[in-house]
Amino acid sequence: MKGRWNGIVAAVLAVGLLAGCGNGGSTTTTGASSGGSSGSAGGKVIKIATQSPLSGGSSIQGEAIRLGAQMSMEDHKEDFSKLGYSLELVPYDDQGDPKKGVANAEQIGADQAVLGVIGHLNSGVSIPSSVVYEKYNIPMISPASTATEFTDRKLKVANRVVARDDFQGPAAAEYAVKTVGAKKIFVIQDKTAYGQGLAEAFRDKAQELGATIAGYEGITVGEKDFNGVLNIAATQNPDFIFFGGLYAEGGLIIKQARDKGITAPIMGGDALDSSGLVEIAGADVKGSLYSSVAGEIAKMEGGTDWAARYQKEFSKVPEGYSAYAYDSMTIMLDAIKKTLDSSGGEMPSRETVRDAVRATKDFKGIATEVSFDDKGDNSFAKVYIYEFAGDTYPGKLVSEVSQ
Amino acid sequence: MFASILQTLPQVLIDGLALGAIYAVVALGYTMVYGILELINFAHGEIFMTGAFAGTSVLLLFQSMGWLGSLPAWFSYVLIIFIAMMVTGALGVGIERVAYRPLRKAPKLISLISAFGVSFVLQDLVRFIAELKTGNYIISVPQLFDGRFTLGFSSMTAMFGNATVKTNTIFIFIVAIVLMIGLDIFVNRTKWGGAMRAVAQDRETASLMSINVNKVILLTFFIGSALGGSTGVLFAQQYGTIDPYIGFILGLKAFTAAVLGGIGNIRGAMFGGVVIGVLEMFASANLGIMTGGNFGAEYKDVFAFAILIVVLIFKPEGLFGRAVKEKV
Repeated sequence: MKGRWNGIVAAVLAVGLLAGCGNGGSTTTTGASSGGSSGSAGGKVIKIATQSPLSGGSSIQGEAIRLGAQMSMEDHKEDFSKLGYSLELVPYDDQGDPKKGVANAEQIGADQAVLGVIGHLNSGVSIPSSVVYEKYNIPMISPASTATEFTDRKLKVANRVVARDDFQGPAAAEYAVKTVGAKKIFVIQDKTAYGQGLAEAFRDKAQELGATIAGYEGITVGEKDFNGVLNIAATQNPDFIFFGGLYAEGGLIIKQARDKGITAPIMGGDALDSSGLVEIAGADVKGSLYSSVAGEIAKMEGGTDWAARYQKEFSKVPEGYSAYAYDSMTIMLDAIKKTLDSSGGEMPSRETVRDAVRATKDFKGIATEVSFDDKGDNSFAKVYIYEFAGDTYPGKLVSEVSQ
Repeated sequence: MFASILQTLPQVLIDGLALGAIYAVVALGYTMVYGILELINFAHGEIFMTGAFAGTSVLLLFQSMGWLGSLPAWFSYVLIIFIAMMVTGALGVGIERVAYRPLRKAPKLISLISAFGVSFVLQDLVRFIAELKTGNYIISVPQLFDGRFTLGFSSMTAMFGNATVKTNTIFIFIVAIVLMIGLDIFVNRTKWGGAMRAVAQDRETASLMSINVNKVILLTFFIGSALGGSTGVLFAQQYGTIDPYIGFILGLKAFTAAVLGGIGNIRGAMFGGVVIGVLEMFASANLGIMTGGNFGAEYKDVFAFAILIVVLIFKPEGLFGRAVKEKV
């Protein structure tokens, strides 16, 4: 009896394992083949990879990055086929997981036809993966990663088109102090690299602008009861509250603060830029603010047409990062085209593409203008401030802050 | 320093009591199972979490059917508590049958590992179902009682600030007290309660006295888990969002409460729960003030657990427990 059971269990496990492997394998292959629609235009193939979470919690944003990049590549296919090259998109799923991102990066490095990477979404994945790209000299452009460390290590391959966290925090502080007129600010942060970094940057700038910091308290990610911290806030009676952290906690803080009768406006960073915040906080979200590194594409010059085209092509509304991924891909392809021109049509080396990407100056994209500085940061990056007029997402764009 | 601590004290006490009432009812589940089997059912936190999800999904179902507006709020509340209790009670019985009974003669460590296994399975199962249904595993809960009112402590003496109370908090107090008193009467006054106490004292002798030990153990699991599940609903209503991982840390704190009160002792668990809840809330509101900003609210758990350790060093059997005498 026992022996038979063991046999059955072993068989089930084996089947499960096989199924698991089979799944993993098939997603990569289908991903690769769906991107490269044809290799007919010419003998030589140039591949660009995207890396973003295509499954799991942030898959909506990750998918937006892939589709944005794909759209730009399709717009450029003809140009490249005239030069005798066919373009191919290789989408990878990093699952928002640093380990997976690094493993994919190794695979990308091994494929000699890949000349560049668009990605990642999460700073936590971008940072370790960029080390691998540096090893293989593959340039990367992130449409979304904001952590300062990403470019502070001065890697030759790491570039981004969005604003840094140490610009976002001060921009939010400037809006809070100058526009809202906050004088006594209470700061809450979630003790993560993101939340704390943002909250500190906000706090320092707000103090510099003459506001007093009535309190600087921490919470723990995953908790549901923030009454303790809010009790401190209530006694300080601040006229503004800033929260550095994610929307799951941010929504609860907004709600529990209103339950306590705290009426001061509550502001957070780009992690609150999610429909989940509205769902959690409900009607209490009205009057809350958030800063974001992504602008509203539909309201930008020429953006309406672009958004309509995106929607027609993919039957999806563009997300915040779609247009940034589109611009990232365009920069990458422009750089490759330049190296092709200077090398007389020879397949360019990864090093020359890397340097050409970094040399991008005054590029005008759909969502943003781009000039990379010596670290790979975009000197035209902006921070956008939104305010919730009611319990609908997204909030209303109230301010744009340039560097 | 003391002035500002006193100022928030009424509010801290009310928030702390609400949290403490939740800990207390969850702690009952730990203490009952331990009292009878000397097994720490570490899946209990996940049973609590499942109760929160069961109640909320019924509520969401009602909402999508449009029944929510037509039923009185208190009736829906009682109804979802009852449904969550039945679901989690059955779940507790099932867990006992599948994961603990086959191991009853095995060393204690084996059942402990089995308990952890069950808790991970429950977490991922609930997460899977939630993601399947809504695409997101953090669920926001429709609120049945949205009101709040202010208690005017400041009119008594200027040292105190006013406290705001959610209507839901009152409901938590009522439900928790009803459940705790009901359990106390059941265990101390009824025939089945007597059987439970007999099994807790000596399983073999009890079975010789024509008590069906297996039935008593199942009943214990049913009641303990149903209590945990009902608290899940209270928690979901009080805090407004739930996710599959709320059970772990809350279960740990409720377990601590049971240990503090003397594990195996029902009244001790209630007391321990309230103490831990109030301490935690006090610490998160005042640690920053007391330490001059060196330790903030994020260290509240350390504070509560440090006090627990101190208590256990000086009174290892817990506040209400009796020191175990060696059996002869």
